[in-house]
Amino acid sequence: MENHKLYLYPVWLRVWHGINAICIIILMFTGLSMQYGNIDYPLIPFKTSVSLHNFCGVVASVGFIVFIVGNFLSDNGIHYRFKIRGLYKRFYKQIMYYASGYFKGEPKPYPISEEFKFNPLQRVSYAIAMYVLMPLVIFSGIGLLYPELIVEKIFNIGGVQLTALLHSIMGFFIAFFLLIHLYVASIGKNPLRNYKSIISGYHESD
Amino acid sequence: MRNKLVYILVFLFFQVISFKLIAQEDQANLSKSNRHCANCHGNKYYSFFNSVTEQDQRKRMNPFFIIDTVAYKQGVHREFSCEDCHASEYNTYPHAPELKLEPKFSCLDCHGGDETYAHYQFEDIEIEVDNSVHKNAFGFQFGCAQCHDLHSYKPVARNKKSLIKEIVSADNQMCLSCHNNLSKYQILTDHTKPELLSTHDWLPNQELHFMHVRCIECHTPVTDTIMVSHKILPKEKAVHLCSDCHSTNSILRGKLYKYTAKQLRSTEKGFYNSMFLNEAYVIGANRNIYLNIISLIMLGGAFIGIAIHIALRIIKKK
Ligand code: HEC
Ligand code: HEC
Ligand code: HEC
Ligand code: HEC
Ligand code: HEC
Ligand code: HEC
Ligand code: HEC
Ligand code: HEM
Repeated sequence: MENHKLYLYPVWLRVWHGINAICIIILMFTGLSMQYGNIDYPLIPFKTSVSLHNFCGVVASVGFIVFIVGNFLSDNGIHYRFKIRGLYKRFYKQIMYYASGYFKGEPKPYPISEEFKFNPLQRVSYAIAMYVLMPLVIFSGIGLLYPELIVEKIFNIGGVQLTALLHSIMGFFIAFFLLIHLYVASIGKNPLRNYKSIISGYHESD
Repeated sequence: MRNKLVYILVFLFFQVISFKLIAQEDQANLSKSNRHCANCHGNKYYSFFNSVTEQDQRKRMNPFFIIDTVAYKQGVHREFSCEDCHASEYNTYPHAPELKLEPKFSCLDCHGGDETYAHYQFEDIEIEVDNSVHKNAFGFQFGCAQCHDLHSYKPVARNKKSLIKEIVSADNQMCLSCHNNLSKYQILTDHTKPELLSTHDWLPNQELHFMHVRCIECHTPVTDTIMVSHKILPKEKAVHLCSDCHSTNSILRGKLYKYTAKQLRSTEKGFYNSMFLNEAYVIGANRNIYLNIISLIMLGGAFIGIAIHIALRIIKKK
């Protein structure tokens, strides 16, 4: 295991990930600006926000389809499947590693290999992000882009209102995911190592 | 073949009869003297006895002189007889030529200084109209009646039962009845009529906007003293900043949503932001206090966790 390289992220995945990351970051800032902007000090002019948000939303949605198809056609999809049984125990192990084992220099409970490129926490959080949050945010986004698709009223509350609520809650969860995603990726001897991997494709073991 | 023809004829016969019945029922609701005028002014055709040829004659009614009798019965002036506002000489046909010169009533002729309806603020409205672009351009030619048809007028925004959608479409119809109608527009001016769709093409989702906001939202200033601002400003002063509406201090609160906002002001807390706009979602103007708090707590927690972890990493390294 000494210092050998694993090829974990094939080209299509890296291209998707790069485009997706840029889009999501822009979507986050334009979304925040539209929701919390103020006439007196707009973060980004509203009109710019709307156009940018629409554009990036469409690109990220197309990217999402690429990701799903890619995962379906290649073996990459395997990494997103998990069993519920024993999940708690595996989570506990990984969390204890981040919280204490890691500082004591203990070995990783789930070392990275080509068969298991994600630890249990990553596995579940990536699966939720990609198979729950992204579809919901995309469908509600399409609804807001074409409001005529939305049912007028649900229990006397505007359909657009509910869709927008769903969209912003999901958007928030994705932002929350991103924060933790970015931090956890920096855990390791060299904080930048994982970032290099998602660009080069190769993972260097510690 | 002949059977079919008989069926069709019978069918048509009943159609005609039922149409006549309906028409008569509508007019039965009108008072007797109004029905006399509506016999001609309520239909596309009118008939009269031509005393020269000594024959009954049928002719087309000028479409601009047709009064919608159903709308008349729903308007605020439904109890009026036509002759209350028009000279009783109209009873005879052909109408006497000098009747054309008869001055028409303006709202203020009856409602000026009217205590009963003081809450409509007719005098204040008149001052605003006097300062509007239309009055400046056309003077007395542009009276209240250009927007308010006295034969069908009824308040919409003030009516608590009106949906925002209904308010918007009724109010915009007043402007569009002229700005989208060359024959009415040209009574006032020979200038070419600006095409609204192209002068407003800076606005994305134009159709959606025109269905959800009124023209006066952008073309009048915000006022607190009057229910519906009547002061149409020159086009240079129109609202064109998206964030005037799409932000928490949206001007719509002082305009279109004023009516609902007033009722709900007492429940300022909690879902105030989203509840008062139950019928509309304006990006940036609806915010939910509970969601804001929850998301701040979650983000704060994550940041604290990360900060502690970073601190430990730095300490352990040394
Ligand atoms: C026999 C049909 C007939 C009857 C009844 C009739 N009108 Fe008219 N009226 C007309 C026609 C046709 C015109 C179009 C102008 C013209 O031919 O004089 C007209 C024109 C008018 C005008 C517009 C005049 C102008 O040129 O500005 C008014 C106002 C009017 N009528 C009011 C009334 C009132 C009020 C009554 C009932 C008291 C009434 N009319 C009854 C046929 C009728
Ligand atoms: C509350 C007052 C009022 C009542 C009631 C009223 N009118 Fe009028 N009517 C007016 C005024 C004011 C005008 C002028 C509108 C304008 O300047 O465009 C007018 C105009 C008209 C015109 C001519 C339209 C034009 O463009 O010049 C006709 C025809 C007419 N009325 C018929 C009737 C008939 C028929 C009735 C009864 C069913 C009636 N009106 C009842 C106030 C009234
Ligand atoms: C000929 C006199 C006259 C003219 C002209 C007139 N009104 Fe009226 N209006 C009345 C009278 C009288 C009533 C009360 C009717 C009733 O209670 O049945 C009334 C009722 C109303 C009401 C209903 C008030 C309520 O709360 O029920 C409104 C609103 C109104 N008028 C607005 C207008 C507007 C706007 C105009 C001009 C476009 C106008 N009126 C022109 C006489 C007039
Ligand atoms: C350029 C068009 C226009 C003109 C001109 C105009 N109005 Fe209005 N007016 C409106 C609109 C739009 C509304 C909102 C109608 C609604 O939703 O009830 C309104 C509403 C009103 C109301 C009801 C306000 C309330 O508190 O519910 C009154 C009363 C009124 N107008 C009187 C007048 C009088 C009087 C004049 C003439 C001096 C006049 N208007 C001229 C467009 C106009
Ligand atoms: C979102 C705000 C907004 C709304 C809603 C809106 N306008 Fe405008 N309108 C503007 C602005 C801003 C301009 C000036 C555009 C320019 O100068 O290029 C304008 C210009 C105009 C002009 C002058 C056009 C010209 O070139 O002379 C007319 C007339 C007009 N609007 C009528 C209307 C009518 C009628 C409606 C309702 C159907 C309406 N507007 C709705 C913002 C709005
Ligand atoms: C009876 C016809 C008529 C009605 C109703 C009408 N307008 Fe106009 N409007 C005009 C005409 C004509 C002009 C052109 C004025 C000029 O040439 O200076 C105009 C001009 C304007 C302008 C441009 C002013 C400028 O600076 O060039 C605006 C904005 C406008 N109208 C808004 C409205 C709104 C909003 C309403 C409804 C509440 C409305 N109008 C109802 C006839 C009408
Ligand atoms: C006069 C107020 C007003 C102005 C100014 C305005 N908007 Fe809007 N906007 C609204 C309202 C109201 C809605 C629709 C609310 C609804 O769907 O019930 C809306 C809807 C939208 C939507 C569609 C949201 C959805 O639900 O799909 C977009 C995008 C938008 N506006 C962008 C803009 C941009 C960009 C500008 C500036 C160029 C702008 N708006 C200016 C009031 C305004
Ligand atoms: C919200 C937007 C993002 C989503 C949904 C997302 C999702 C993912 C997913 C699913 C993977 C695993 C890919 C695989 O091997 O199948 C991954 C890996 C990675 N991502 Fe992201 N990502 C996002 C944004 C970012 C950003 C902005 C960065 C850094 C600038 C980043 C850095 C990384 C790194 C370093 C890895 C490899 C390490 C690991 O597998 O944990 N990501 N990301």
